[in-house]
Amino acid sequence: MTGAVFETAHVVADYRRATARRLGAIGVGLAALLILVLVDFLTGPSGMSLFDVWSALLAGPKGDDVAAATILWQLRMPQTLMGALVGACLGIAGLQMQTILDNPLASPFTLGFSAAAGFGAALAIMFGGLVPLPGFIVVPAMAFAMTLLACALVYFVAQLRGATPEILVLAGIAVLFLFQSMQSLLQFLASPEVLQQIVFWLFGSLLKANWTSVTVTAAILAACLPFVARDCWRLTVLRLGEANASSLGLSVSALRKRSFVLVALLTAAAVSFVGTIGFVGLIAPHVARTAVGEDHRFAFPFAAIAGAIILIGASVFGKLLSPASVIPVGIITAVAGIPMLFLVIVRRGGSEIS
Amino acid sequence: MKEELILDRVSVRRGRMTIVDSLSLSFPANQIVALAGPNGAGKSTLLGAIAGRLAHSGSVRWGAGPLNARSVGFMPQHCCTKADLSVLQTLLLGCHEQLGFRVGEGELQQASEMLHEFGLEALARRQVGTLSGGQQQLVLLAQRLMRRPKLLILDESTCALDIRHQLTVLDILRKYVARTGALVLMAIHDLNLAARAADILLLLRAGRLMAWGTAAEVLTAENVAAIYDVEARVLATDDGPCVLPIGPRQPMKPPSPFPHEQRAVGNVHLQHRVAREHTRHMPLEALNQRQST
Repeated sequence: MTGAVFETAHVVADYRRATARRLGAIGVGLAALLILVLVDFLTGPSGMSLFDVWSALLAGPKGDDVAAATILWQLRMPQTLMGALVGACLGIAGLQMQTILDNPLASPFTLGFSAAAGFGAALAIMFGGLVPLPGFIVVPAMAFAMTLLACALVYFVAQLRGATPEILVLAGIAVLFLFQSMQSLLQFLASPEVLQQIVFWLFGSLLKANWTSVTVTAAILAACLPFVARDCWRLTVLRLGEANASSLGLSVSALRKRSFVLVALLTAAAVSFVGTIGFVGLIAPHVARTAVGEDHRFAFPFAAIAGAIILIGASVFGKLLSPASVIPVGIITAVAGIPMLFLVIVRRGGSEIS
Repeated sequence: MKEELILDRVSVRRGRMTIVDSLSLSFPANQIVALAGPNGAGKSTLLGAIAGRLAHSGSVRWGAGPLNARSVGFMPQHCCTKADLSVLQTLLLGCHEQLGFRVGEGELQQASEMLHEFGLEALARRQVGTLSGGQQQLVLLAQRLMRRPKLLILDESTCALDIRHQLTVLDILRKYVARTGALVLMAIHDLNLAARAADILLLLRAGRLMAWGTAAEVLTAENVAAIYDVEARVLATDDGPCVLPIGPRQPMKPPSPFPHEQRAVGNVHLQHRVAREHTRHMPLEALNQRQST
């Protein structure tokens, strides 16, 4: 009897230790993110010194040094915060997508949401003049609306044929091609100036960020988080495989539909203002699973942090690489993402053989 | 409310094929019921329908009310996983409905007792996806028991286990039934294991119930021949009947079972004694011949 009690206490203590380790990993990630945020504040074409940044930070947005206050509070800060928010949105959405599609190569863009956003933005850039609203509202609003339309299309197919990974991916591919071809059509019809604007939008860049975009994105992320948190356990159960999950009383189809609506919202929030930023949503979930495992209570926060770190890291890198004209983060994440993708594929292949 | 599982004219069809043919049965709780029969007899389909995983006609009830998904533990056939979760985490997911954001002491305690009962303590920290097929089967079975189900449905859940673990699992199931008064429904191919495990044994063929009763009543050479098309000797031992297969034999003409509307009832209460008497005293073959004339 004492033996059994001892064993039990041992197992419980073991579990608590593992939990503490995972929380510790999240803490380390948060600390790293904070440091990167400060580094991002420090870097930029104007070459402000650490002391200047610190005093501008303390002086607040209405500080005496107007130039420093404007650079820090109106340019760098919204860009950095936007980077963190977009990275977090894409990290969370990517993890959800990889879990519900049971596919390590899925990302928030697998179901064609980014193509839809791109089409919406192109549409607004071309015909936004017809709407009596400023462009910085019309473009993200149209990108957002088109993402939701793409989501509705996929949802409709899933409703009709059941939300299996195959059906979702097939519907997503159809949506992707639909919006991509419509976007190509717009590009074909556009004048060279408009075409340039469209192409610039498609390169995801944090330069488009301002306090409005930060507020809207943060609000959408905050609104989605309770729903993401609610399904933590259910998504973890889904990792056991569909047959196991459904025999444990989980309604897998409903969970998938709920989740990809959240993915659409988060993706729309992420790309509508800054454009398409690839690979963050693919890599961040892998980093999270490697660091804290598949328990989604820990994987979600870590994926969010990892996404933010990757994006802000890319932003710092872009600013350092060419201080005069900042390289869009979308390009850097895509270039840096490819070796990471190879790493994922190679590691996965290795684990299947062993 | 009486604790029993009631199937009322349950049928499962796929296209034109009838896989389960209008079964009406009731199983009082607090016992282990084994389901045997040749491949394609409809065992898995019937269990899937009872678990609510397959569309079916007719009704499945628990006592007077519907069967609540939370009180069912269902382990489908070929249950396995490639998840990167530890064995302990996997067990906890068995009762995911009641887990809070912080896992409570109660659930952890229950999970570690379950590990102890199944002899899995040494594997507690291993990733479940890296375990062998048999070890995974043990973990996933323990996970189902974490739900404390009133109805535990197991589809070939001991097929990957070695004989020692098969006996361990049967022992655990017996204790679980004795402790909680649950009903265990298990599909099983090994007739001798079924004879040891089950209070009642049901033999299915072509979606129809061919024989039911205790192992000693059902496991006769005639029944084995009629249901499996196999020549077999059945030895009576102190531990119940022991089936020794000798070889296949010519398939019989398509079986004609008892009339559908007849309601078969487990051996705890005998509303249809007449039908049971047939099974007990008359070889099934003879019964079929009599019915076809």
